[in-house]
Amino acid sequence: MSAVVPTQPSVEPGFVMNVQNLVKHFELKAGFFALGAPPLTVKAVDGVSFKIHTGEIMGLVGESGCGKTTTGRLVTRLENPSSGRIDFLGVDIATLRGSDLVGFRKYMQMIFQDPYESLNPRFTVFRAVADPLNVLGIAETQEERLELVIKALEDAGLRPADELLGRFPHELSGGQRQRVAIARALVVSPRFIVADEPVSMLDVSIRAGVMNLMLELRQKYDIPFLFITHDIAVARYMSDTIGVMYLGRLAEMGPTEEVISRPAHPYTRALLAAVPVPDPEHEYSIVPITGELPSPVNIPKGCRFHTRCVYAKQVCREVEPAHVEVSPGHATLCHFAHDFYSVGSLIPPSPPKEWEG
Amino acid sequence: MLLEVQDLVVHYKIKTGWVHATDGVSIQLDKGETLGLVGESACGKTTLAYGISQLLPSNAYIKGGRVIFDGKNLLKMTMKKDGRLKEYDNELNKIRWKEISMIFQGAMNALNPVQRVGDQIAEAILFHERVTKQQARQRAEQLYNLVGIPVDRIDHFPHEYSGGMKQRAMIAMALALNPKLVIADEPTTALDVITQNKILTKVRELQDRLEMAMIIITHDVSVVAKTAKRIAVMYAGQISETGTTREIFKETAHPYTSGLLGSFPSIKGKVRRLATIKGNPPSLVEPPTGCRFHPRCPYVQDICKTQNPPGLTMSPGHISFCHFAKDLQGKLSPEVFI
Repeated sequence: MSAVVPTQPSVEPGFVMNVQNLVKHFELKAGFFALGAPPLTVKAVDGVSFKIHTGEIMGLVGESGCGKTTTGRLVTRLENPSSGRIDFLGVDIATLRGSDLVGFRKYMQMIFQDPYESLNPRFTVFRAVADPLNVLGIAETQEERLELVIKALEDAGLRPADELLGRFPHELSGGQRQRVAIARALVVSPRFIVADEPVSMLDVSIRAGVMNLMLELRQKYDIPFLFITHDIAVARYMSDTIGVMYLGRLAEMGPTEEVISRPAHPYTRALLAAVPVPDPEHEYSIVPITGELPSPVNIPKGCRFHTRCVYAKQVCREVEPAHVEVSPGHATLCHFAHDFYSVGSLIPPSPPKEWEG
Repeated sequence: MLLEVQDLVVHYKIKTGWVHATDGVSIQLDKGETLGLVGESACGKTTLAYGISQLLPSNAYIKGGRVIFDGKNLLKMTMKKDGRLKEYDNELNKIRWKEISMIFQGAMNALNPVQRVGDQIAEAILFHERVTKQQARQRAEQLYNLVGIPVDRIDHFPHEYSGGMKQRAMIAMALALNPKLVIADEPTTALDVITQNKILTKVRELQDRLEMAMIIITHDVSVVAKTAKRIAVMYAGQISETGTTREIFKETAHPYTSGLLGSFPSIKGKVRRLATIKGNPPSLVEPPTGCRFHPRCPYVQDICKTQNPPGLTMSPGHISFCHFAKDLQGKLSPEVFI
């Protein structure tokens, strides 16, 4: 392993992940008939910055195609960023290559959406969970591996773990499968986990259990998560801070309850107004948005939300807004952020989560 | 009464036995009414829908029950002696799509990819009504206005549409013949909230205007809270509780309903720890004896393990299939599931 990888990464409290101005542009291949035409670029992620502290869960929400999944794949370096910095445990991993990068995989794991696809159907539970140990050369003997695998399975709520070791994915329920995927991420004792829509394929009654499990793991091991979801209610339940993505940028970011109760970006306001509420007596307000999501190939000039914003003024069509901090840690990309912020809540503000005292 | 399903039993034949997909399900629907059919995957809700529209696959056997639609006994028309459905029936073809239409799950795959979307809608109109091609085309254009797709997109192919537009095209097709009943199977599950909201609002508006009855099938209790006047909760092939939306949410009388509602996060109110119902939904090949929810129920008693609970009427129209519904109503708390 190379020298850039610290054997004992810094553990002092602080930012585990500090992403600055992250950009990912995909070049589209020009077809035969478009020979000579300028190449098209999909601006999937177009300047995203955020920080995640030890033990913190950041929720990343947005519509499909907003770049949230690409962001998750960039910070875990499953994609190569076009530009920007990804400081992870004090080292910029944005440009690492080869074995330097492999060294970091030990500290960073990913949980994917579909446990039916993310587990190899020919691998037993033991082999699936032990695989990262082999790849990253973590445990030396079979006994050590077995011990780590059983601990990870039990941490993922699969008890008794030794009965499951020989099973194949098709013998497990959807909830158990996702727990195996979580155990596979836990087995290397990661310092950071990216979970991309980890509960959206699961049945309702199973979903809550997997969410509670992840909250417990955070409590127990102080693992920070980047939790990617399209469901704002799920993001609210899971996260301490929330980032709302729109066309490759973070339209708004801040402490979860603050963003939910005092959204300062018109896009966040629209998303919140559109979310169905499990209460038949809830009174819905009008959703202040128009039109369809523009293509990330042709991002509108000025504020990229102006084509759908019902409040758009001339300045929005011409000038791209900078981040405005409306309160400590609560930033938004809108020329009129302070106005929206002072209009206040759509939904009454809430006290802290009950069971956290 | 527009639709009455009485004790419908549909089992699927598979290699290892029979899947008891619906086991004695009864629902009723008035003209212009919206019923939300809620349950997890494999609870039988889609089978019930296909049993109403007579679209069951060839390994489905109807073992009992009746489906009365607008005074007509549908199973009498379509059922063969062995309980399977005929593949083709002249009488039923007059009803299907004309009077009962469906919005299918996953509109992404329900449209023909090599036919222009407008032509697909016009085709449905031409099949059922004596109109000219021009008239059918005009009707399709009106439908586009109705569901809010720009009319200049009518000659495009499905792949040129966004997901929300495809779903709206599916709705246009379902409404093309002014049906009396629309069955929507997870109509917005794959869509983003803003598109979902647009479609649910549109559907509701059209429904009021056209006086259609509707069955919305979904696993998402917040979607039915927003759209349905009445709800039927299904679990493991049976109805567990049915009543008005308000009764189901505010006067819950079945432990499963309580757990289901408690496992949903919301953007409104306090953040409470979500309920997790222990275990997994049961296999429908060998459903549990007695009350099917008993292996997962925190209130379980001995009688639940052996005896199938009768429907107890909590108030007119509010029925719970739980032995202890009368004792538990008002005392149910999702916290016992934690």
